[in-house]
Amino acid sequence: MPLNIVVCIKQTPATGSVSIDPQTGDISKEGISYAISPFDEYALEEGLRLKERFPGGATLALTMGAVRAEEILREAIARGVDGVYHLCDEAFDGSDTFATSYILSQGIRKIEEERKIKIDLVICAKQTNDGDTGQVGPGLAAWLDWPNTAYVKKVEQVTDTLLRVHRMMEDGTDILEIQRPALISVVKEINEPRLPSLKGKMAAKKAVIPRWGASDIKADPALIGLKGSLVEIAKRQSPPKRAGGLKIGGATIEEKAKIFVDKLRELKLL
Amino acid sequence: MSNQDLSAYSGIWCVGEVRHGKLAPTIFEILTAGGQIAAALGQKLSVVLIGSGLGPWTKEVIEAGADQVYLIDHSSLEQFVDEAYAKALTDLVNQEKPRALFLPASTIGRSLAGRAAVMLKTGAAADLTDLSAASGSNGFEKGTLLATRPSYGGNILATLVNTRSRPEIYTIRPMVFPRSPKDSTRTGVVRNITVDPATWNLRTKFIAFQAESSNEIDIGSADKIVSGGRGLGKAEGFETVRSLAKALSAAVGASRAAVDSGWIPYKHQVGITGRTVRPKLYVACGVSGQVQHLAGMGQSEVIVAINKDPECPMMKLASFSIEADLYEFIPAAVKELQKHQS
Ligand SMILES: Cc1cc2nc3c(=O)[nH]c(=O)nc-3n(C[C@H](O)[C@H](O)[C@H](O)COP(=O)(O)OP(=O)(O)OC[C@H]3O[C@@H](n4cnc5c(N)ncnc54)[C@H](O)[C@@H]3O)c2cc1C
Repeated sequence: MPLNIVVCIKQTPATGSVSIDPQTGDISKEGISYAISPFDEYALEEGLRLKERFPGGATLALTMGAVRAEEILREAIARGVDGVYHLCDEAFDGSDTFATSYILSQGIRKIEEERKIKIDLVICAKQTNDGDTGQVGPGLAAWLDWPNTAYVKKVEQVTDTLLRVHRMMEDGTDILEIQRPALISVVKEINEPRLPSLKGKMAAKKAVIPRWGASDIKADPALIGLKGSLVEIAKRQSPPKRAGGLKIGGATIEEKAKIFVDKLRELKLL
Repeated sequence: MSNQDLSAYSGIWCVGEVRHGKLAPTIFEILTAGGQIAAALGQKLSVVLIGSGLGPWTKEVIEAGADQVYLIDHSSLEQFVDEAYAKALTDLVNQEKPRALFLPASTIGRSLAGRAAVMLKTGAAADLTDLSAASGSNGFEKGTLLATRPSYGGNILATLVNTRSRPEIYTIRPMVFPRSPKDSTRTGVVRNITVDPATWNLRTKFIAFQAESSNEIDIGSADKIVSGGRGLGKAEGFETVRSLAKALSAAVGASRAAVDSGWIPYKHQVGITGRTVRPKLYVACGVSGQVQHLAGMGQSEVIVAINKDPECPMMKLASFSIEADLYEFIPAAVKELQKHQS
């Protein structure tokens, strides 16, 4: 029953800190702060909980990112993962979801080779807070040719051969059984992430984190980075700012209510 | 990476969602978006439906603009299973070679697009809020699809192009495009596609569906939403919020503060770690308007803020701001609305 798990995490800019540099049309470097993508905290936590529920396996964290992304791997160690892997190479720069999911799949194969284990489960978050696509998880499953389920809000049961999961749908919950090895993308509802322990923090400080480049993971140069990407960003803009609107006055609460309803009627919103 | 012959790909496909015997209305929005592109490129507009018992829906989608409907109808495709739907869809794509696929940015659409794209070795982009075909005058080759989507929690609008692989795959945010009008005189071709899922080596099994006990409107597809925040002060506050929602026929949303307080389930949460909505009307009651919340609703058409603090961000950006105690204002507004209805 033990599971060997890889959790894919990403370092992203904190949402509130992002703006467009009017000169370059690119994302402004000023005032930007980075952290683990908020959704990934739930993926990481689920990886740790599954290890506690079904002891004997390893829970590992994997990221693709710049040198600074090492920080989130230290954070993962502080929370209790058994090993971390950093896919870091300039050749990965500019990867879209197609190239990224390919690179991660090669990373997972390399982890299996390096640790001489079979990975049973890959956990991704529902989406990141920067790209917001939610495509990397399902895409990664396709590269691995594993079954996958997205929007998972509960892992109910794990046996030697399968996982029973609950998927959050717009109209309720789907329950599915999925054979190992598998990939799931999880939503926030699945758990409440823990804080790092003091012992974990010490371990994180000392850890030496291996860095793998394109050749280490035997990545096909035609499938990575800008060259391997299929969707390009042609233009970035700030969304039009909302102008503040009308203050609804009125001497009494009834008057305010009447003006409010009149406005809605004018706009055909009733 | 692509060594495809891109010019061999033609036709615009809109992939609909049939769930529990119902056709999701998002298909009509996608037909509007896809229809514009099909017209601009002079290509055929098709609808693809995957599921079981699909026959009744062909007429509706033809009346709404489809020239052609592909039905992948099989009893074992009744429920959405990622692997199975991706296999069904990608086999058909490989056979027919369409130029672009549009899916709803729903749970099913987003799951399916990501897996199908890699299986087809093509590019995908999620959650479009705008779409056009380049006219040839603005630096893009004529006919290039320009796909716009918010990213970084709505702080940035990115325009994406895919000139390297086909079919292009896009999911479209619900409630952004209007529904395509019906024309009962329209005709179209129905293509029944035979499949045999038993031979697909599927490793995922659908077990059961548990319906949401409430019969509330889902915020993802609502055109009006009334949201409550920490300003409610207590769980019962949502009864007040619901009374306004009911009077407006609106769905009920919430800030994370309200969800984290345990006043309302997570599926109502709007924002960066909740859901993204774009209703015609968003009424924020006791929600201050922090960036993480705005990321989920900042694109709403009309925003109304009801708040005691005139200086909070929500009041500053609202189309209509009402400085009041929500517990006094909402009952008065409900009364006024009832007057209007009778
Ligand atoms: C990584 C991360 C992700 C997050 N994701 C989300 C998310 O997805 N969604 C989200 O909403 N938040 C999210 N947050 C939290 C966000 O930063 C805010 O804390 C939260 O949105 C605040 O909720 P609120 O507006 O309800 O509460 P507050 O900010 O406390 O505002 C309460 C408002 O109620 C008003 N008020 C009080 N009493 C009354 C009354 N009687 N009548 C009228 N008005 C009254 C007050 O004036 C105030 O404006 C996230 C934060 C982080 C760090």
